[in-house]
Amino acid sequence: TGDQRHAGKHSRVISAFRSVSGDEGVSVGSAVREQHGRDESVHICRPPDVVVFPRSVEEVSALAKICHHHQLPMIPFGTGTGLEGGVGALKGGVCFSLRKMEQVLDLHQEDFDVTVEPGVTRKGLNSYLRDTGLWFPVDPGADASLCGMAATSASGTNAVRYGTMRENVLNLEVVLADGTVLHTAGKGRRPRKTSAGYNLTNLFVGSEGTLGIITKATLRLYGIPESMVSAVCSFPSVQSAVDSTVQILQAGVSIARIEFLDDVMINACNRFNNLSYAVTPTLFLEFHGSSKSMQEQVSITEEITRDNGGSDFAWAEDEETRGRLWKARHDAWYAALALRPGCKAYSTDVCVPISRLPQIIVETKEDLIRNNITGPIAGHVGDGNFHCLIVLDPNDPDEVQRVHSFTERLARRALAMDGTCTGEHGIGLGKRALLREEVGPSAIEVMLGLKASLDPKNLMNPGKVL
Amino acid sequence: MSARVLVGVKRVIDYAVKIRVKPDRTGVVTDGVKHSMNPFCEIAVEEAVKLKEKKLVKEVVAVSCGPQQVQETIRTALAMGADRGIHVEVSGKDYETLGPLQVSKILAALAKKEQADLIILGKQAIDDDCNQTGQMTAALLDWPQGTFASEVNIEADKLKVVREIDGGLETIKINLPAVVTADLRLNTPRYATLPNIMKAKKKKIANVKPADLGVDVSSRLEVLKVDEPPQRQAGVKVETVHDLVGKLKEAGRI
Repeated sequence: TGDQRHAGKHSRVISAFRSVSGDEGVSVGSAVREQHGRDESVHICRPPDVVVFPRSVEEVSALAKICHHHQLPMIPFGTGTGLEGGVGALKGGVCFSLRKMEQVLDLHQEDFDVTVEPGVTRKGLNSYLRDTGLWFPVDPGADASLCGMAATSASGTNAVRYGTMRENVLNLEVVLADGTVLHTAGKGRRPRKTSAGYNLTNLFVGSEGTLGIITKATLRLYGIPESMVSAVCSFPSVQSAVDSTVQILQAGVSIARIEFLDDVMINACNRFNNLSYAVTPTLFLEFHGSSKSMQEQVSITEEITRDNGGSDFAWAEDEETRGRLWKARHDAWYAALALRPGCKAYSTDVCVPISRLPQIIVETKEDLIRNNITGPIAGHVGDGNFHCLIVLDPNDPDEVQRVHSFTERLARRALAMDGTCTGEHGIGLGKRALLREEVGPSAIEVMLGLKASLDPKNLMNPGKVL
Repeated sequence: MSARVLVGVKRVIDYAVKIRVKPDRTGVVTDGVKHSMNPFCEIAVEEAVKLKEKKLVKEVVAVSCGPQQVQETIRTALAMGADRGIHVEVSGKDYETLGPLQVSKILAALAKKEQADLIILGKQAIDDDCNQTGQMTAALLDWPQGTFASEVNIEADKLKVVREIDGGLETIKINLPAVVTADLRLNTPRYATLPNIMKAKKKKIANVKPADLGVDVSSRLEVLKVDEPPQRQAGVKVETVHDLVGKLKEAGRI
C-alpha cells in the first residue's frame, strides 16, 4: 500500500542518515524535534520530521545528498536564538543541528582572522581568544552561533564602530542543497579585502538558510581596546537625544556604542533593577580607545550633550562600575517582560537613516499610546535602528491583532522614510510581504532567480525570506 | 609603599576544553589541547595589579613552574599588569608529578629571595582541584593566611580579608607578610589588550631552577590510574506508580 511504501521509504532514509552520522546522530524523538522547531520568536513551534547531528562538513554533504535525492526539506539549526521564526519546519523535513561541529580552527593573530564551525558561539569565541588581545565585537543579545549570525546578517550594540556580520565575514564554507561544498571566497582564503569575482560571501550572509548550510565562517577580529569608558546621560526629548547622537558621530569621537532607551523603557528598568534613573529619553554611551585619549573623548561628548539639554554625565572606566551602568540596558528585555508578568514579548526591528529617527520614534510612540500597546523602546541609535519590545498576551486575540497591525504600520512607516523593515533580525517567516515592498519587484525577481539557481527544488528552509 | 607582591600563575588545560583520558589511563590528553592561565590565578593577578594601581604595592612579580610553555602564562600575567616574571624550570617526569608540596617549597624560597611582602595565589587549580598550595606556602614561611578571599584590604601594616566559608562570610585581620588565596568573587579579571601584550614582550622573565632554590621536586605520590567518570545510563520509563514501586524494590532502594 501507499502507506507501507511511505513508511518503508521513511525508515530507509533514517537508516541512510544513521549510516552517515551514527545512531546518536539521528533523532526522531518528539522532544528533540520540538526543540528544533522553535526559536525565540513568537512564531509557533513547527517541528521537523527528524533531526540530524552531523560532526563534519563531509557528513553534512552526505546527509544533504540523501535529502536532495528524496526531495526532503533541509533546515539548518545553530543555537535556536533567532527572532523571526527562521527554523520552523513549515513543510516538515530534516533539521540539521550543527552543534557537534564546535571547533575554533585556524586562528591567525597577526592577520586578525579566525575560522569557526557552527557550534561556536560569539561568547565561546571571545573566551577562546581572551589571552590574545583580540575579540569579535558583533554582539547580538543572545549568545548565538557565529555561523547562525552570518546566516541572519546579525548585528549588535557595537555596530556603529565595528560593523555588522556583513562587514566582518571574510569567507564561508557552505553545503548547497545537492551536497556540493562551496567556499565562497575560495578555500582557505582570507585576505582583508578582495575584488575577485562576484561577492558570494555576502550573498550567503543574511540568506537565513535558504541557499545553503553554513559549515565554516572566517571572521575578522579586532584588538581589544586598551580602555573602555561608559557613560549615561538623560535628555528632555527624543529629538535632543538623537541630535546629540548625530553630533557625537560628526565630532569623530571614538564612540563604540550609543544606545537609546525611551522613558517607558527607563521606567521598566528602574522598577526591574531598583534603579532611579530620570524617567526621560536616555543615552547609554561607550567609548573605546587608548587610556590617554579617554578623558578628551568624554569631555567633547559631555559638551555636546550639555548643549542639547542633556543631564550631567554619569561615567565609569572600571569593569564592575561599567557593568552596573549598563545593567539597565542589558536587562531591557526582562525589564519589559516584567511589566506584564505572564505575557510574551515581541521585538520590532526597523532601521531608518539617523536623521529620520526622531520623527519615526515620536510617531511610533503616539501609535503605541493610541492603540493601548505596551511597547518600551530600546535602540542602537547610532545606526538608526530601534526595537519596540512589545509585551502582549498571546491569548488575547484582540491584542494580538492590534499588535500585528501596529508592526505592519511601523514597518511601512520605516519604508516610507527610506529605511528597512529589519535592521538585524532578518525576514524569517513573518516579513516576506514587507521584503517585497522594501526591495521592489525587480530585486525580488533577481532574488528568486538566485534561489532557483542554487536550490531549484526549493529544499533549503522553504517558506522563509522569499 | 615599598611592598612587593608575588603571584603564582599555573598553566592548565583551558576550562572550555572537553577533557579526555589517555588510552593507557595514566593521565589526560594534553598534546595539542588548548591551555591557558588557571582562572583563579587570573583573579589573583588582577587583585595584585589592582593593589598596584591603588599604589598600595610597588611591584608585582608573576611566577610559574613548568616547562618552556609556561612562559606564555607568565606573559599573560605581564600583559595584565605584572611588572616582571620568574620562570622556575621544571620539565619531563618532574613536571608530570609536580604538586602543591613542591610548588609551595619553591614559592616559599622565592618569597624569601625576592623579599616579598604578600603572596597571592588562586585558591585551587582547575586540573587537580588540590586547594593546598597557598596553605602549605604559608605554613612553610610561618606566615598568616587569608584563604578563599572575596575581598582584600590593606589597613596600615595589616590585611583585612573577607573569606568565603560554608556558612557565609568571615572577616579576619592578619599581619603582613601573608599569603592570600583568591576565590571567585574577589574580582573580575581584565582582558589582556593588544597594546599591553606588546608592552609585556619587553618585560623581563628570569629563569631559575628548583635546585638553585634548594628545592627537591621529586614527588612522594604516584598516580596509579586515571578513569573517566562512569557513563550515564539511559533512564527507564514505567507506566504506573505500581511499576515504579516494583522497580525501586528490585533495585533495593526501598
